[in-house]
Amino acid sequence: MSYQRVKFYQTGTFTVGNRLLDEGDRTVQARTDRSNSLNSGHRACQGCGEALGARYALDAVMRATQNKMVAVNATGCLEVFSSPYPESAWQIPWLHSVFGNAPAVASGVAAALRAKGKTDIRVVAQGGDGATVDIGFGCLSGMFERNDDVLYLCYDNEAYMNTGVQRSGATPARAWTNTTQAVGTEPGNPMGIGKNLPRIAMAHGIPFVATASVADLHDLETKVTKAMSIRGARYIHIHVPCPLGWKSDPAQTIKVARLAVESGLFPLFEAEGGVVSDRTPIRKQVPVEQYLALQGRFKHLFNPRDEEALAAIQAIADRNIHLYALLPTKPAMET
Amino acid sequence: MKQQIEGSQAVAQAVALCRPEVMACYPISPQTHIVETLSRKVKAGEIGNCQFLNVESEFGALSVLIGASAMGARSYTATTSQGLLFMAEAVYNAAGLGLPIVMTIANRAIGAPINIWNDHSDSMAMRDAGWLQLFAEDNQEAVDLHIQAFRLAEELSCPVMVCMDGYILTHAFEEVDLPTQEQVDDFLPPFEPVQVLDPQDPVSIGAMVGPEAFTEVRYLAHHKHLQALEAIPRISQAFQDIFQRSSGGLLKQYHTDEAETLLLALGSVNGTIKDAVDDLRTEGWPVGAIQLCSYRPFPSHALRHVAHNAKRVIVIEKDLAVGNGGIVSGEVKLALQGLPTIVDTVIAGLGGRAISKAAVIDIVKAACLEGLEEPHFLDLNWEAINRELTKQAEQRRSGPTPENLLREIGLSSGKAL
Repeated sequence: MSYQRVKFYQTGTFTVGNRLLDEGDRTVQARTDRSNSLNSGHRACQGCGEALGARYALDAVMRATQNKMVAVNATGCLEVFSSPYPESAWQIPWLHSVFGNAPAVASGVAAALRAKGKTDIRVVAQGGDGATVDIGFGCLSGMFERNDDVLYLCYDNEAYMNTGVQRSGATPARAWTNTTQAVGTEPGNPMGIGKNLPRIAMAHGIPFVATASVADLHDLETKVTKAMSIRGARYIHIHVPCPLGWKSDPAQTIKVARLAVESGLFPLFEAEGGVVSDRTPIRKQVPVEQYLALQGRFKHLFNPRDEEALAAIQAIADRNIHLYALLPTKPAMET
Repeated sequence: MKQQIEGSQAVAQAVALCRPEVMACYPISPQTHIVETLSRKVKAGEIGNCQFLNVESEFGALSVLIGASAMGARSYTATTSQGLLFMAEAVYNAAGLGLPIVMTIANRAIGAPINIWNDHSDSMAMRDAGWLQLFAEDNQEAVDLHIQAFRLAEELSCPVMVCMDGYILTHAFEEVDLPTQEQVDDFLPPFEPVQVLDPQDPVSIGAMVGPEAFTEVRYLAHHKHLQALEAIPRISQAFQDIFQRSSGGLLKQYHTDEAETLLLALGSVNGTIKDAVDDLRTEGWPVGAIQLCSYRPFPSHALRHVAHNAKRVIVIEKDLAVGNGGIVSGEVKLALQGLPTIVDTVIAGLGGRAISKAAVIDIVKAACLEGLEEPHFLDLNWEAINRELTKQAEQRRSGPTPENLLREIGLSSGKAL
């Protein structure tokens, strides 16, 4: 019996189907010897973007280090759904201390490894956006400025989901959360506030900063693998939809994540030494409305239509497109 | 070798002899001289491959050590006062995780009002965090307790605070017998962790625990302190065998036999107290003293054994449970419950106010002759307090209390200073 090699092409993106790649470049998850850092049986919600992002990222680290790795976890959904005693889903050495100190704990692990001359073992710290941009920010900045040999992975689902959907410094403009309710003259999260941690990380001049999305898991793996080829402080900010907090269909997590990328709201790029060195272009920019309309947290923008807010969010996307030269036809803005 | 040396320098020498592998430090007075000295030693390559991290906060400092200790590295830091409170979440966490970190507390008051001088409010605020807390009377004992602390911490897999009075000890120059590296190596074996992050044998440390097992985990933390009640005297004896001097233990006695009145205190004030006891005994007062060396675990049994014949125990403590009174005295009362012994609380030395020998002698006589109100505040300036209370009663917008008090006492803006 003969087999025909089937080729898969995706339309509308520059994403390349796994089967079109050389064996060596294919995703870790496609391998029979894949490592499964985060085992099945954990308690994440259906359609959880964070569980997916964490598994791909950490499996890529395992592959890059031949399993010689340690993970430090901030408090949050990932920690809670993966670790209820005594049923840990982690297949790697894993340490959770408190909410706001994962970067410092990881620095300590790295320091111990230096002291013991075991620098072949590598350290990853991970947390959600609250742990990263808010409560752990001081420790993260300290880890960056000391250029400690730690890869920090932020799984950004744009609010405090573990505590029941409250606003973080990474919550986007006009999004509903339980502490930015869809009431009043400016329903949802106020426009023009919040922080952009990838750019703050870049301002520290650390060797490697990247953004990634569960919409492009191969790109995520590639960036993690690249990060592990570098010594010093590295930061990857991963966009991970949360069906619970975003009020989106769990079956649509990847689509929602992809629309965030293709609208320009979540630009995918890399920076080395504080300078943008690469970006993932968008074939065709989609209007932000397509992204927003899939999420109940933005429904107050559509009933009735809040043209001013929609235009302002579109302007954020357009600025990103310009800033990172995401459309091949448009040159990069001076950064 | 005996040296005239500053307390902080001596402690830094002792810590260096313990071969720490990771130190993470953040400056706060009065512990800075310790970490400055250690940073120089690390940079000069005098402590093997030890890593010294200058971090962004005390919370970061202890968090770094949590990671380092979980990776199997001998870990050390020093802090005090606001710094200890700033790291509070990590203080509880390190104990909950059972990580044998050693930390010097250069005891200092807690603000507001901001105050850099000595009392015990800081370590008392962390007394239930699960750390062992050892208090040094002088700089020799501070040196010796640090060496014992690493062995104790690592044997029990439990963090230890070595508490030494800020400025009074940290900045005092006195004769200290510094041990040799060979002595310390004989006494302190390499760190062999009970749990470690190891890619060859992956474990999850710090997992969530629900109601089904949380109480048992907490009991085991308590059990560790019960084991420490046995380990502290044993390790103190082992120390004496190698170093030929007595240091540490659960508590120390000074003329406690036949004493009807016992003074009890933690830390450096015991030097003053012993002098006061000498004078009182010369005058014929049947007085003795107990120096509590281990505050956590609290040596209830040993204390009851020593104090059960005393008529009165006067606890002189450098802390205040606002709204209640004494912290230490409450625990002394619990240890002596069922006995007819009177336990007095004397709140003294807050924010660095000196406790004089004369004041100690006076308070003993007053307690024995007239009894003391509970709690008794030593050397309180009632005149200034009453003026402020009157002002507060007369006007709603009476202003910030510390400023007012300074003005009352005439110390503000060049008036009396």
